[in-house]
Amino acid sequence: MSTIVYVNTQKGNINKASLEAVSYAAQMGGEVIAVQFGDADSAELGNYGADKVAKVASADFNPDQIARTLIAAADVNSADSFVLSHDFSGKAVAPVLSALANAGLVSGAVALPAEDGSIKKAVFSGKAFAHMKVNTPKKVISVLPNSIEKKEVGKSAAESSMDAASSNVSLNVKEQKLESADLPLTEADLVVSAGRGLKGPENWGMIEDLAKELGAATACSRPVSDMDWRPHHEHVGQTGVAIRPNLYIAVGISGAIQHLAGVNQSKVIVVINNDPEAPFFKSADYGIVGDAFEVVPKLVEKAKSMSLGE
Amino acid sequence: MNILVCISKVPDTTAKIAFTDGDTKFDTNGVQFIVNPYDEWYALVRALEIKEAAGGKVTVINVGTADNDPTIRKALAIGADDAVRINMDPKDAMTTAKQITDYAKDKGFDMILCGKETIDYNGSQVAGMIAALLEQPYISYASKLDMNGNSATIERDIQGGKEVIEVQAPFVLSAAKGMAEARIPNMRGIMAARTKPLEVVEPSESADATEIVKFELPAAKGDCKYIDAENAGELLELLRNEAKVL
Repeated sequence: MSTIVYVNTQKGNINKASLEAVSYAAQMGGEVIAVQFGDADSAELGNYGADKVAKVASADFNPDQIARTLIAAADVNSADSFVLSHDFSGKAVAPVLSALANAGLVSGAVALPAEDGSIKKAVFSGKAFAHMKVNTPKKVISVLPNSIEKKEVGKSAAESSMDAASSNVSLNVKEQKLESADLPLTEADLVVSAGRGLKGPENWGMIEDLAKELGAATACSRPVSDMDWRPHHEHVGQTGVAIRPNLYIAVGISGAIQHLAGVNQSKVIVVINNDPEAPFFKSADYGIVGDAFEVVPKLVEKAKSMSLGE
Repeated sequence: MNILVCISKVPDTTAKIAFTDGDTKFDTNGVQFIVNPYDEWYALVRALEIKEAAGGKVTVINVGTADNDPTIRKALAIGADDAVRINMDPKDAMTTAKQITDYAKDKGFDMILCGKETIDYNGSQVAGMIAALLEQPYISYASKLDMNGNSATIERDIQGGKEVIEVQAPFVLSAAKGMAEARIPNMRGIMAARTKPLEVVEPSESADATEIVKFELPAAKGDCKYIDAENAGELLELLRNEAKVL
């Protein structure tokens, strides 16, 4: 059994989510062939379990072409499985690949295939899980970011180059507009988020300070992004981005069901709110009932004394 | 512009999620169903705006049984011109995509719009599969769509930002936040929806590529551990030593 992994690069780096996909494939067993689109140092791919790396020069967005290239790699290596990350790149490619390869797709997997071959994924916006079976001989699995443990195995993969497959579908990437944030929210292990309880955009300094001391990304609730207190890409929730960090700290967010849908897969949830009746406390692991303007500075100070962000 | 918008029927956002038949079936008892929010707010409304600017027709399509008709009428009330329902109960995204493709392939739609995912199975699959089956470009998680004649300029979400794509119709996209603002149907729309055409089409041959073996509810969350606001700093000790996330 061999597995093809879609590896995406951005600004000359391999996306962290792609490394998770490689590690997932390695933990499935069998040979792992990482197909890397775009130039980047690929040493980490072997470290997380790739046996071979096939490098494709072009990193341009064309799901049809990427899918056909992955299928060509599968044909050469007699692979029957494809693994991608369920990040924005994987979401673009996985369904196209699934249809072109006639391979059933389990998207957003949160665990390795079980003994009976079924794969667990979150459904109903994080309110339940489904165990899915693939009926086709080939399968495609996209892995929900930050849901499996990456394992370093210290292999060094054999590298080769590969041509992108030809495609009859054409689309042109005109430009990329990247946010200045150092850490994309969807890739962050730790997230500090704040809501209307902060009363105004001028009060975000302490949230940014806390995020910086913890080495966390910042996020916000929908009203805050709707009022333009914070940029739209920080909005987490049902309509914004869904995230699954190890730690989600919510400051002054009441915890409406639409917000929970975007964060309820977080491993540990901390809620800080001055209203003890805030529904978010029901989903929290740790809670502090208190005024954010007193609590957050105390956390910043404590984080400094613990040197956490280093 | 002739636009096809794929709509799914899903449980309301606040519905209680439970399962029956040994956790193999979703328990629909007492559940309110709605048009999948992303299909309605983003895909359908943007399709209507494009039609209003450039002329043409907006058709909604659903793969489902007659139980879905009231949900489909809701999309007509918002402003779609007509509706198609493929008469089957789909169990799998590939089947849904194949049914829509078989209907759409000789109709010459200029674009096919879907929501970014459904809020029940969260697959984000059908739109990309339709694009592949029709050999058309697929643009995922599109937050902006502007038409200039047959040329589209589309912004899509990528890690840490947006990407601007140029593409010629026909194409398929999945729509995300930013695409349009939700519309509430007015009384005239609701009245008109009753008489708008809803064509029922029998399904073509298709095979499910996946199946759900079993559902599972998450383990009940333990009680929230409260830390006194005066000693807020203790939280970080607990996060490091007990939860081990710092």
